[in-house]
Amino acid sequence: MNLEGLEMVAVLVVLALFVKVLEQFGLFEPVSLEDSVEDEFELSTVCHRPEGLEQLQEQTKFTRKELQVLYRGFKNECPSGIVNEENFKQIYSQFFPQGDSSTYATFLFNAFDTNHDGSVSFEDFVAGLSVILRGTIDDRLNWAFNLYDLNKDGFITKEEMLDIMKSIYDMMGKYTYPALREEAPREHVESFFQKMDRNKDGVVTIEEFIESCQKDENIMRSMQLFDNVI
Amino acid sequence: MAAGVAAWLPFARAAAIGWMPVANCPMPLAPADKNKRQDELIILNVSGRRFQTWRTTLERYPDTLLGSTEKEFFFNEDTKEYFFDRDPEVFRCVLNFYRTGKLHYPRYECISAYDDELAFYGILPEIIGDCCYEEYKDRKRENAERLMDDNDSENNQESLPSLSFRQTMWRAFENPHTSTLALVFYYVTGFFIAVSVITNVVETVPCGTVPGNKELPCGERYAVAFFCLDTACVMIFTVEYLLRLFAAPSRYRFIRSVMSIIDVVAIMPYYIGLVMTNNEDVSGAFVTLRVFRVFRIFKFSRHSQGLRILGYTLKSCASELGFLLFSLTMAIIIFATVMFYAEKGSSASKFTSIPASFWYTIVTMTTLGYGDMVPKTIAGKIFGSICSLSGVLVIALPVPVIVSNFSRIYHQNQRADKRRAQKKARLARIRVAKTGSSNAYLHSKRNGLLNEALELTGSPEDEHLTKTTSLIESQHHHLLHCLEKTTGLSYLVDDPLLSVRTSTIKNHEFIDEQMFEQNCMESSMQNYPSTRSPSLSSHPGLTTSCCSRRSKKTTHLPNSNLPATRLRSMQELSTIHIQGSEQPSLTTSRSSLNLKADDVLRPNCKGSQITTAIISIPTPPALTPEGESRPPPSSPGSTTNIPPIGSNIVKVSAL
Repeated sequence: MNLEGLEMVAVLVVLALFVKVLEQFGLFEPVSLEDSVEDEFELSTVCHRPEGLEQLQEQTKFTRKELQVLYRGFKNECPSGIVNEENFKQIYSQFFPQGDSSTYATFLFNAFDTNHDGSVSFEDFVAGLSVILRGTIDDRLNWAFNLYDLNKDGFITKEEMLDIMKSIYDMMGKYTYPALREEAPREHVESFFQKMDRNKDGVVTIEEFIESCQKDENIMRSMQLFDNVI
Repeated sequence: MAAGVAAWLPFARAAAIGWMPVANCPMPLAPADKNKRQDELIILNVSGRRFQTWRTTLERYPDTLLGSTEKEFFFNEDTKEYFFDRDPEVFRCVLNFYRTGKLHYPRYECISAYDDELAFYGILPEIIGDCCYEEYKDRKRENAERLMDDNDSENNQESLPSLSFRQTMWRAFENPHTSTLALVFYYVTGFFIAVSVITNVVETVPCGTVPGNKELPCGERYAVAFFCLDTACVMIFTVEYLLRLFAAPSRYRFIRSVMSIIDVVAIMPYYIGLVMTNNEDVSGAFVTLRVFRVFRIFKFSRHSQGLRILGYTLKSCASELGFLLFSLTMAIIIFATVMFYAEKGSSASKFTSIPASFWYTIVTMTTLGYGDMVPKTIAGKIFGSICSLSGVLVIALPVPVIVSNFSRIYHQNQRADKRRAQKKARLARIRVAKTGSSNAYLHSKRNGLLNEALELTGSPEDEHLTKTTSLIESQHHHLLHCLEKTTGLSYLVDDPLLSVRTSTIKNHEFIDEQMFEQNCMESSMQNYPSTRSPSLSSHPGLTTSCCSRRSKKTTHLPNSNLPATRLRSMQELSTIHIQGSEQPSLTTSRSSLNLKADDVLRPNCKGSQITTAIISIPTPPALTPEGESRPPPSSPGSTTNIPPIGSNIVKVSAL
């Protein structure tokens, strides 16, 4: 670098300082690209209020008091009135501290979010709960099928079932006895399909599902566990 | 699990429907909700302020007071609410914890009050949320330091005779104020440090000329004198170091400590010089070693607290200093490079290389500006001015951090000293207040004695006293009276007019007391001859019977030191002095609360004999020699006969 070049640099530095001084005096406004300040406060201040208590009473099979208790719990965790997926996953993970319940929570979220708008409102929440806790066995089985059918096309494929199975096993965490084997989910899926898939076409339809479940004592009995949850 | 999501448990249980169809094994039975109560509102009345919440909210944390059945103890049947006689402000935080799952610590709250409340409600302070946890921890640490300071200062005041010689020496070294010898030693070493430093300085001053027209420094002119002085100083320092080394509780740790390293570095040059005498080869190194003699000045840090604080501050600001150094280095290199290249072209430029420019950069950035190196080209001058401007900024940045650290540590120290000074005054005031209240018992007792049957007394002075006796007081007095009856001993009263007593109490020395007799009500009016022997413990006999018989009484004892010291610190604030009441003839007795309290509980009442001497039977023989070893202090009151209801010693404290 020769002297002239350095002098040029020096002059440029002086010019820059001069500009800064002018800015200080307010005589020279720099070009501001966008107002990025306001963006920070653009939170989701969306507040969703559920329909009235009477309507919910009609739509679901809960009593007034039960709806009140449910809403209080709901509002406590989600003051804005709706749950988005992140929130949902976070709430659900608090019940399973040792494992990773995020995948299963996603599937649940999709099952609760019946209108697929990316958020679960109180009505969705209560509607889902009503089916599970107060519905008939068939309703419950239907709901479970809906949960398993990830792409909602009416068929449960092996891949979907594998995803579900893995997410359930994930919730157990790493420290289990006996230790979790790699093939356990796959084997579990195989046995499931063997039980459920009547015509062995590789997918399980809703009829096959309900039929197979009704034949299974264990499943029937376990469905009745939900009668007394609330 | 956070509190809020407890409400979502039904949802989580419902979501388990997804597992049912794929499960291979049958599910376990669900827990039955036996008392399926509808959720109800609970009213919590805390000192008049009513809080209401759902029952299930409280049951979220079943291991706390409010969440468990423990709150039933506070249930008020009449008003159907739970009443807590506690602080409503803190309760607000506690209740919010149940509601939101987060415990907050309000800044305005005192840390110990808050801790007490949390302990009452059974909540662990570790649950405090992250937003408030730092503040809580800081306050807690300050409080703990304060407590430690208090404990330390108390421990310092106690005389612990059970220290070994080595430990006493160490204590003397660390706290020169404990004994005169230590103080003398402290000042002597301080003096010699000063002498040594001055010697080193004066050594180099040119004083006078020697024939030959050469100016000699004083060190060479009076070499012998200086050598002797140096030797003396080093002797003292060596002895001091060795003594410290001997007395240190952990020699290894002592050797590694900063002060000991400074000591060693201060005296090593002398010994090395002795060893190497006048060997020409290493005399250069020898001269260098003399430089280390200046480290003796650091020995002053033992004598000056300010120096210690400064050193501690610098240590605690190590990261800021490191940052300062790093940023300075970066800037120096940058500017040195730029200046070098800027000045390269100019003739006879002093900027011969980049390292040579370092000197210019440092001098400019610290705004020294010696002027020995000056840029001549325009570019050089421009960059030079930028350099000096940025230098000011870079140096000024970390300085406030260091200053604030120093200020904080300094004030902490000041606070500790102030606290210690105030504490003495505070304790004295508290003691006066307590003696006032303890006198009430004795007064009322006297009244009771004189007019045992009558509730209301006619005499004017008694009216004044009975008026002020509340139900609680009278119950308290009754309790003390029962104790007296159980043991057959009785309380002595402190006479606030006799300051001798209080001073002896303060020194935790034995107390010179005048014993007066006050036994049972019947016998209170009578005078009894009693024999008293100073060597109490040897007399088992001499008792005054509880109710009728009288005989000699013995007073007693010097108490054992060990239990005494244990309670010494409590002595001032809450002590019980029970002393065997004695006949008027003087005896000096020593009592320590502790011993009395212990002895009192022993079944002394054998038949009708009560030894007021605590020693009486089962006293350990160890007491005797200890008692004997202390010369009874002579006090003006000890030789006078005291009327039966005399005023005496010390204290009755709150039970």
